[in-house]
Amino acid sequence: MEEQAKKIAASGKNPPSRGSFGRRHQPTGSQGQNVAQIEQWSSLALGGLLAFRGLRKGSLLSLAVGAGLLYRGTTGSCPLYERFGIDTRRESFGTGGRGHHASKSIHINRPPEQLYAFWRNLENLPRVMSHIESVTSLDDKRSLWVARVPFADTIEWEAEVTTERPNELIAWRSRPGSELDCEGAVRFRSPAFGEGTEVFVSMSYLPPGGTIAAKVLKMFRSGLQQQLQEDLRGFKQLMEAGERPRSDPEQSMQVLQ
Amino acid sequence: MRAVCWQGKRQIEVRNVPDPEILNPRDAVIRVTRTAICGSDLHLYQGRIPTMRRGDVLGHEFMGEVIEVGAEAKHALSVGERIVVPFNIACGGCFFCEHELFSLCDNSNPNADMVEALYGDCPSGLFGYSHLFGGYAGGQAEYVRIPFADVGHLKVPDELDDEQALFLSDIFPTGFMAAEQAGISPGDTVAVWGCGPVGQFVIWSAYKLGAAKVIAIDRIGERLQMARERGGAETINYEATSVYDELREKTAGRGPDVCIDAVGGEAHGHSVDAWYDYAKEKLMLETDRAHVLRQILHCCRKGGRVSIPGVYGGFIDKFPLGMAFGKGLQFTMGQTHTHRYMKRLLQFVVDHEVDPSFVITHRLPLEEAPEAYRLFNDKKDDCIKVVLEP
Repeated sequence: MEEQAKKIAASGKNPPSRGSFGRRHQPTGSQGQNVAQIEQWSSLALGGLLAFRGLRKGSLLSLAVGAGLLYRGTTGSCPLYERFGIDTRRESFGTGGRGHHASKSIHINRPPEQLYAFWRNLENLPRVMSHIESVTSLDDKRSLWVARVPFADTIEWEAEVTTERPNELIAWRSRPGSELDCEGAVRFRSPAFGEGTEVFVSMSYLPPGGTIAAKVLKMFRSGLQQQLQEDLRGFKQLMEAGERPRSDPEQSMQVLQ
Repeated sequence: MRAVCWQGKRQIEVRNVPDPEILNPRDAVIRVTRTAICGSDLHLYQGRIPTMRRGDVLGHEFMGEVIEVGAEAKHALSVGERIVVPFNIACGGCFFCEHELFSLCDNSNPNADMVEALYGDCPSGLFGYSHLFGGYAGGQAEYVRIPFADVGHLKVPDELDDEQALFLSDIFPTGFMAAEQAGISPGDTVAVWGCGPVGQFVIWSAYKLGAAKVIAIDRIGERLQMARERGGAETINYEATSVYDELREKTAGRGPDVCIDAVGGEAHGHSVDAWYDYAKEKLMLETDRAHVLRQILHCCRKGGRVSIPGVYGGFIDKFPLGMAFGKGLQFTMGQTHTHRYMKRLLQFVVDHEVDPSFVITHRLPLEEAPEAYRLFNDKKDDCIKVVLEP
């Protein structure tokens, strides 16, 4: 028995498989549980909400989906995942094929100190990240993030700075239990020759709705990459030029008759 | 305000549009006192530049009086000052601006991703030159907003009138940079293709930089005449003679040391390759007609230098790279780094070494812009350069 438990633990720490997509589901031992804990909690919350709304408004669809999510949340097992051979419990976040990952680098003609200072004040980030509505610092490490997401108004989560090395690195990730599981890091490096700073940003998002949604959204992965590139361009513009350039607002559309 | 609007291919209208406003802290707004039509505006006129939209305000050669200044431009500009504005928009803070490559500014095009998709990189934004280059309203209007106005302006001394300063916005620096980039050394023979306004300033600049002889090539009588009489160039009418033979004759068989293409992608010609270009262009198989460029490679001396201020937008065909390689030619090209030259060239004007207004042949009110475009495009009425008064 003890041995088996060890095996399970070991299997849980197995190097995440490359692309869980085609992998056949292997029983993990705990009665077919295949939903990660964070996701389990979100399923409970969302399921409860949907079921409640379904009851109140008499929507069978809401009720059914809500019930499904509640089941998923309470048992930690998901028949759909089973069918697709997905097991989010076994995958550690950020290294597997789940969620969205984007990474980009850019050269900015400013010293690392200035760029680091801007970024370390996380409340500045909505000025360069187009999908982030606001960031509020709760204390030195913790912050509350609000983002605009497709198919919903906003989503918010609490994040904490996990690593910081002045003028070199800032890494952050969402705190356990957040609605959105995400992590990111920005590195600042003086180029071997020449002036300015090379900035490297990487980000991962695991959207609410778990892995299936993630896989659908994965089709838009290049979109996230593109967005990160535009965000970094905005960061560079703000740092180098002090402002972001603006076209004359739809000049052609404004012609008075 | 009244503004010259692009309404479609060969359709220009003067219309009422909203007055510009300060949008960014480094903006300024000026009341335009003089503006001009540039040869490159004709590319827009002929519908050759993509991403133009009905109602876009044209014009990138203009000057005027400052009427409003954003908070972050106040250290450099005040209301009431008379300024001339470079046609490219540059932030002054990026790698390229710091290296005085202002037309390659990283931060001045809000639609950078569009150009990157085409060119792999993004040059600076431009006034009144399509959404690809930033979607900025142009200066053929009563008022215009100047982004990054703290670096994008040159104050005009009182003793100069508008017409003497206006061309510091584009064509004078463009002609000068073409000559300077070609590395003209004293004693060189320089051949210039195209005797439009830029060509005229190339001729002046080439002599200024020490050329012993400038030979100008065109087909239009009044332009060749201006090159001879105002510029002191020898001229060749390419319709009357063989350009190659003439150039060899004038250089004792060696060919010009420096060749400058002040024509660009809308070259005219009657040779086989020129007709080939017309045909392919009509079939939309190439975007630029490279006839002049081919002729330049053929005529230039071995080890010579080719400078291209003429605008090319897309693809050219039958470019004889082997010929260029075999002759060991050097090339320089690109949009003008206008900011780099304005002050220096202003000094020549102040010192009475040149009065750039010599290229002006027509002065019309802004309201007559449609007629002005037509005249200039069709080279009617001996038109070389049109200035508009708002």
